[in-house]
Amino acid sequence: MSNHAVLAEKFIADEARTDWHDQTLWWIRQKRDKSAKSLPEWEQLREWASQIKNHTLSNLDNYLVEFEERAQANGVTVHWASNADEHNEIVYNIIRDNQGSRVVKSKSMLTEECHLNTYLGQKGIQVVDTDLGERIVQLRKEPPSHIVLPAIHLKKQDVAETFHKYLHTEKENADPGYLAGAARRHLREKFIEADIAITGVNFAVAETGAIVVCTNEGNADMGVHAANVHIACMGFEKLIPHTKHLAVFLRLLARSATGQEITTYSSHYVRPGIGRQMHIVIVDNGRSRQLGTPDFRNSLKCIRCAACFNTCPVYRRSGGYSYHTAVAGPIGSILNPNLDPEKYADLPFASTLCGSCSNVCPVKIDIHSQLLKWRQVIVSKGYVANSKKNGMKLVAFILSKPGIYRFCGSMLRFTMRWFPFTVKNRLNPWYRQREMPEAPPQSFHDWYKKRKKVEHKR
Amino acid sequence: MTVGLFIPCYIDQLYPSAGIASLQLLEKLGCEVVFPLQQTCCGQPMANSGFAGLSKGCSRNFIMNFSKCDHIVAPSGSCVLHIREHLEDEKYTSEATHIRENIFELTEYLTDILQVEKIDASFPYVVGLHTGCHGQRGLQLSSMSELAVPAFSKPEKLLSMVRGLQLRKPERPDECCGFGGTFCVFEEAVSVKMGKDRVSEHMANEVEYITSADISCLMHMEGILKRQKKMVKTIHIAEILNAG
Ligand code: SF4
Repeated sequence: MSNHAVLAEKFIADEARTDWHDQTLWWIRQKRDKSAKSLPEWEQLREWASQIKNHTLSNLDNYLVEFEERAQANGVTVHWASNADEHNEIVYNIIRDNQGSRVVKSKSMLTEECHLNTYLGQKGIQVVDTDLGERIVQLRKEPPSHIVLPAIHLKKQDVAETFHKYLHTEKENADPGYLAGAARRHLREKFIEADIAITGVNFAVAETGAIVVCTNEGNADMGVHAANVHIACMGFEKLIPHTKHLAVFLRLLARSATGQEITTYSSHYVRPGIGRQMHIVIVDNGRSRQLGTPDFRNSLKCIRCAACFNTCPVYRRSGGYSYHTAVAGPIGSILNPNLDPEKYADLPFASTLCGSCSNVCPVKIDIHSQLLKWRQVIVSKGYVANSKKNGMKLVAFILSKPGIYRFCGSMLRFTMRWFPFTVKNRLNPWYRQREMPEAPPQSFHDWYKKRKKVEHKR
Repeated sequence: MTVGLFIPCYIDQLYPSAGIASLQLLEKLGCEVVFPLQQTCCGQPMANSGFAGLSKGCSRNFIMNFSKCDHIVAPSGSCVLHIREHLEDEKYTSEATHIRENIFELTEYLTDILQVEKIDASFPYVVGLHTGCHGQRGLQLSSMSELAVPAFSKPEKLLSMVRGLQLRKPERPDECCGFGGTFCVFEEAVSVKMGKDRVSEHMANEVEYITSADISCLMHMEGILKRQKKMVKTIHIAEILNAG
């Protein structure tokens, strides 16, 4: 079974690369800290963002209708998809109706969540991802390993190798400027040929029916400007009530994601160009179920900045693929169990509950508390190994009976002292890379009782 | 005013010296300390593994032992956080509330309740401070590097009162050590890697001891240090504050 622990172990087997991955992401976390702390109002902004999102989620029905009406008035076609299949079908039908064949797509985690590329590929339509990182992993036939930095698991030498193979760059030339130039030329061709442009959505403004897409490479604009048909795909939680609220979110997003003050391009798309089409596909795919679960609903506040990834000590040392899903990291570990609690039963346990994620989250999602709550749900649904369940029952029994607890404690210490091989072996996962604690001859209890006796005698 | 001393199960069995130091320290500071003899565990191991339902027995036992104490103090941030956030009992609701509101982690108790400004202790060594996540982010024993707020640290303030002690902080001031309860065995590879990284940051500071308000973190780092045959030792903060 490929669960997080097993996949993480594989990742860590290359310790030097793990260190590099950890340090690269930590560096981004530090950039985030620096830029956040340069704003005296940072914590206030987080609070506002959280409140705006909470308000929106509580009034989603109204805001969605308002958004649809405004968008339609702008000449945009709005589609509704209740799940991934419907979403994929809608996108396919738009492409087919327009006899499209050359599709460019800027980054959209939603389309990853729905596996759109695979679906369209099966229908004979090739999608070119135009975000540089995404294009790199696409050429390598890999999924993104991080929602903001899709190729963060790769070193520049890996990229040089990939480009040499697919774009015929010079062998072993890993100069970042040279590689970026090659990618630019390659992607430019794709843009010029494109007849369909798919983008994600960072924010959808109910008041105006406009959508905002944030990129650093301008690739969303390149696609939309080149192609006659623009399809924007969004989960319904991307909504915000008013344009003025962008002043909060745009400041938080880039600072949280990379430490930049703002993304290089924050593109507002309101209406299609003359003679062109603009479609917005609004997707549920499990979100309304999450919305109806009080413990987990506020996970829908997420603006996909990935700050929780970069700060997560587990993510940094286990890599995106260890989460075996499109949205990895701490937020992925509380979103994915909603999609499939059995398949993702391991993810809420892939955390020490250190809480750093909740602290960096720009919209104040209590990620680590939700991880703990998901653990309870997963256990109650029975998605844990029987051995673990029985072990826990035994431990719970012992710890609730003081006499038995003390007896077992002394047995444990006795065994550790006199028969160390029973615990010091490869079957004990603690002992594989760590020494066991040295068992003392007496417990605190024993010491305390002796002290009491001595005091009495005095 | 009686202070009930809670010595969590793993300290009781494996690190009694931390419990002894906690008791002696509180007594030195003038507290009337009782140690209810039938205590066991806070119930966190079950709850954190998703079996909160199984921790009922522990909760009941905890309440039976501590409901009469004015304050409850424990030398473990993690266990205190669990009690403060999760202790419940259908039958003994008011007792549970009393305990939740009056349980303190040791350094928190010294700083906020006893308002200790002077400690008669000496520990002439170079010491690295490990900030346990539950104590820090859960109980707010110190400011957190992620937040844009003024810096403070209760454990650090106490350590600064100890004669001869040279405190060195690791480069990443509050990164998790990777213990994480059952995480340390079910996610062994990540857990150990996190621990190794913590330990090496402290070693880069040439510390002689690593201390913390949480023994679970120290137990994990100690295991790694010993396997690597390093000379650096681990010690609970109570033992330092009670030293000399
Ligand atoms: S959960 Fe918060 S920190 Fe993580 S990606 Fe979403 S908004 Fe960013």
